[in-house]
Amino acid sequence: MNDFPYLPHTQKDIEEMFSFLGIKDIDELYQDIPVLFKGELNIPSSLSEIEVKERLTDLTKQNKNIEEYGIFRGAGIYNHYIPSVIYPLASNRNFLTAYTPYQAEVSQGTLQILYEYQTQICNLTGMEVSNSSMYDGASALAEAILMAKRINGKNHVLMSKLVHPEYQEVSKTYVEVQGMNIEQIDYLSETGQLDLADLTSKITEETSCVVVSYPNFLGVIEDLKAIREKVPSDVVFIVVTYPISLGLLEAPGKFGVDIVVGEGQSLGNTPSFGGPGLGIFASKKNYIRKMPGRIIGETVDQDGKRGFCMVLQTREQHIRREKSTSNICSNHAFNALLASLYLNVMGKQGIREVSLQNYHKAHYLAKKLLETEKFKPVFDGPFFNEFVLESKIDPELLNEKLLEQHYFGPLILKNFYEEMGNKVLFCATELTKKRDIDFLCSFLEGLS
Amino acid sequence: MKLIFEKSVSGRKSFSLPKLDVKESQIDIPEHLVRNEAPNLPELYEVDIVRHYNQLASLNHSVDRGFYPLGSCTMKYNPFLNEEVAALNGFKYLHPYQEERTVQGALELMYELQEFLKEITGMDHVTLQPAAGAHGELTGMLIIKKYLKENNLGHKNEVIIPDSAHGTNPASAAMAGFKVVKVNSNNEGRVDLDHLKSLVNENTAAIMLTNPNTLGLFEKDILKISDLMHKNNALLYYDGANLNAIMGKVRPGDNGFDVVHLNLHKTFSTPHGMGGPGSGPIAVKTYLKEYLPKPVVGVKENGEYYLDYDIPKSIGKVRSFYGNFLVLVKAYAYILTMGKEGLKKVSELATLNANYLKEKLSKFLDVAYPDVCKHEFVIKGSSLKDYGVSTLDFAKRLLDYGIHPPTVYFPLIVEEAMMIEPTETESKETLDEVASIYEKILEEAKNEPTKLKNAPLTLPIKRLDEVKANKELNVKFD
Repeated sequence: MNDFPYLPHTQKDIEEMFSFLGIKDIDELYQDIPVLFKGELNIPSSLSEIEVKERLTDLTKQNKNIEEYGIFRGAGIYNHYIPSVIYPLASNRNFLTAYTPYQAEVSQGTLQILYEYQTQICNLTGMEVSNSSMYDGASALAEAILMAKRINGKNHVLMSKLVHPEYQEVSKTYVEVQGMNIEQIDYLSETGQLDLADLTSKITEETSCVVVSYPNFLGVIEDLKAIREKVPSDVVFIVVTYPISLGLLEAPGKFGVDIVVGEGQSLGNTPSFGGPGLGIFASKKNYIRKMPGRIIGETVDQDGKRGFCMVLQTREQHIRREKSTSNICSNHAFNALLASLYLNVMGKQGIREVSLQNYHKAHYLAKKLLETEKFKPVFDGPFFNEFVLESKIDPELLNEKLLEQHYFGPLILKNFYEEMGNKVLFCATELTKKRDIDFLCSFLEGLS
Repeated sequence: MKLIFEKSVSGRKSFSLPKLDVKESQIDIPEHLVRNEAPNLPELYEVDIVRHYNQLASLNHSVDRGFYPLGSCTMKYNPFLNEEVAALNGFKYLHPYQEERTVQGALELMYELQEFLKEITGMDHVTLQPAAGAHGELTGMLIIKKYLKENNLGHKNEVIIPDSAHGTNPASAAMAGFKVVKVNSNNEGRVDLDHLKSLVNENTAAIMLTNPNTLGLFEKDILKISDLMHKNNALLYYDGANLNAIMGKVRPGDNGFDVVHLNLHKTFSTPHGMGGPGSGPIAVKTYLKEYLPKPVVGVKENGEYYLDYDIPKSIGKVRSFYGNFLVLVKAYAYILTMGKEGLKKVSELATLNANYLKEKLSKFLDVAYPDVCKHEFVIKGSSLKDYGVSTLDFAKRLLDYGIHPPTVYFPLIVEEAMMIEPTETESKETLDEVASIYEKILEEAKNEPTKLKNAPLTLPIKRLDEVKANKELNVKFD
């Protein structure tokens, strides 16, 4: 008997298959293995669907989620509205249960979606070419730095101190084994923007790339024009971006940036405890052969009809093996579909509108928080939807009190930068309501 | 069909946002940093979008639509239950920087999954961070690199990889800073031990093995290989792409492997999503624990779960946050559903299905290696040339019969290869039908080869001009 779901074999099937193979039992198919495991796995026995659902639901009850709690925290993963049409459409099982489009003729759905995604990412970032997704923003940045080395053969990386700290760590893990070394560029304590003089003084003949974040980890909008002027033309200029901000901010491509990467979660993907989101990866066209990841191109079939297929596969591991531009095979295509759907639903006007709402909510929040006199301003540089304040209340205590009120308070920055003391990073999005902001501020006024 | 951009009509919209409920601030951003021209995104009405994607979905083959035997990809059925539980608000609406005590359920799930995977692989410690199999490979090779360096074995810079290995293996080894050395397969499709012995030297860092290998054959000499490597202070890396053959039957950790990666999107039924997201946890032996990427999920004596960042020799981080969490939820649900007996049954039936189909096809096609296989096997398509057709033609004709071709032209050591992995979720009737389709196509090859050469004939699109696609690169709609 077969007691397990998802296994179609009846006893009769198994007997017939055994008899066809001329075997008496399944062990005969494992006879060639001298190292069989004789024990029993220490894993629970099979549960029914009802029991599995109960177990998982019980686990969710030990979590507090941001649908039930308010949140004033971002720092790389953001709470944005996901229009109702997105998940049900994306969850079409002909998307969900397909794999990499190895057979283009039965994968035109996947291929066209990814071609459209590439186009949207190019249009949003102002770049000429995009791949069809990476794992996340951090690994996309690490791969961008490796790509810079393929472009100019140099090893010195200059990275703004205000690139997401986790992205900096991931970059270090990826690139140091390739003989590259990362040096940080400082920021100005008045504006929270990149210290241009520090950048200029650190550029050497060996500098391969300069990495800045736009907006940066502390929410401040970097002046890409001013930075570009300081980056020599043979040095690869890499920008980490936050796609929702690009409805309001000028496209990085307009400033002559060479590679744009970023976390795409904010485009139609739930926060998901940090994954899966997707890595955005776009560059100038003349670097396309140095790019990692799958790229989809348009072509025609035998009748001249438009169709799509994977292109430049000779860059990839399944062809080029140890000489490939990256080892990436599975990517985050499904998350790219969600991002693409989001950009279609928002469209030209919606992306601008949502971006503006983020800006206004965050600026209202900042103004109101300062009025409580529980905080001091920290930077005077322009910001998008996140900003730093110095808390007069101990930040741990602040967040403890807010949690009691069912709010996740700001990010405590000393966990990321030792010198930050009582500085905290607040975030507001289009989902942050005025009444939550007003409650927060009146609650804080009552705190001593 | 038309691109979404070609369906755009200026002035249409489908987004709906509330009116701003706070006072507008002045836009206090220098003018040159403000976007004047809105990004060129399509303007559509919701019904346009819905129909666009439903049309696109109809152009895809998928596991839910039919047989999808891509070798080494384990395209098994993806249960709906797993999708439902991963979509619970208490999982998908968690922010990664929430206070630990507000994510105890998530951490408990991750901890338990780590324990399950340890048990299945026979290893001591697990990290769930890597986003995919290749990412797991890179993580594992970085751990090996760091371990060697910390133990004054930094000169060891060569990684041995069989000629039958997945392309990700050499690519990952190279990304971790190693030099790749290729070991040949013998005429039985296994690692050639004599060749391997001749390659091992004081610079050998590790061997990367897939077991069963990409031919679906178990490396019977695994204990000899492991002795040879360990005697030379070299490590064994296990590529878990083919774990679906051996759950509850063989544990890589018991065979001398030091580092193992798993593909949750293959063995543990999480969907492949047109290319991803996957999840590629790795498992290591105790002596490598201190090199794992940060953080790992731990449990305190009081039963509280936490993220452990205190790993002084850690290779660092390989991605942001903690892993593809929602994928982990699905794999966890699958393991609970199948249980210990079910997982063993999965592997046994995957092996039974592969052997059954192999025997059926062997009546009229050439099986590259006739031995008993595990979860997959390889057909040598070179005799098709007698009829003037290739494996590619054969594969394209399969599309006309509504089934997905196998992985083709891989592994590289088999001429005109077709690598077939039916998985355990296919029924005997499906396998019988597939065998008869293969036989029918072979008859067509003999009698009407143009049917194969021009295939597919029945799909909305014919064979694509890939040369043009690569020559006149068009990767973005203008």
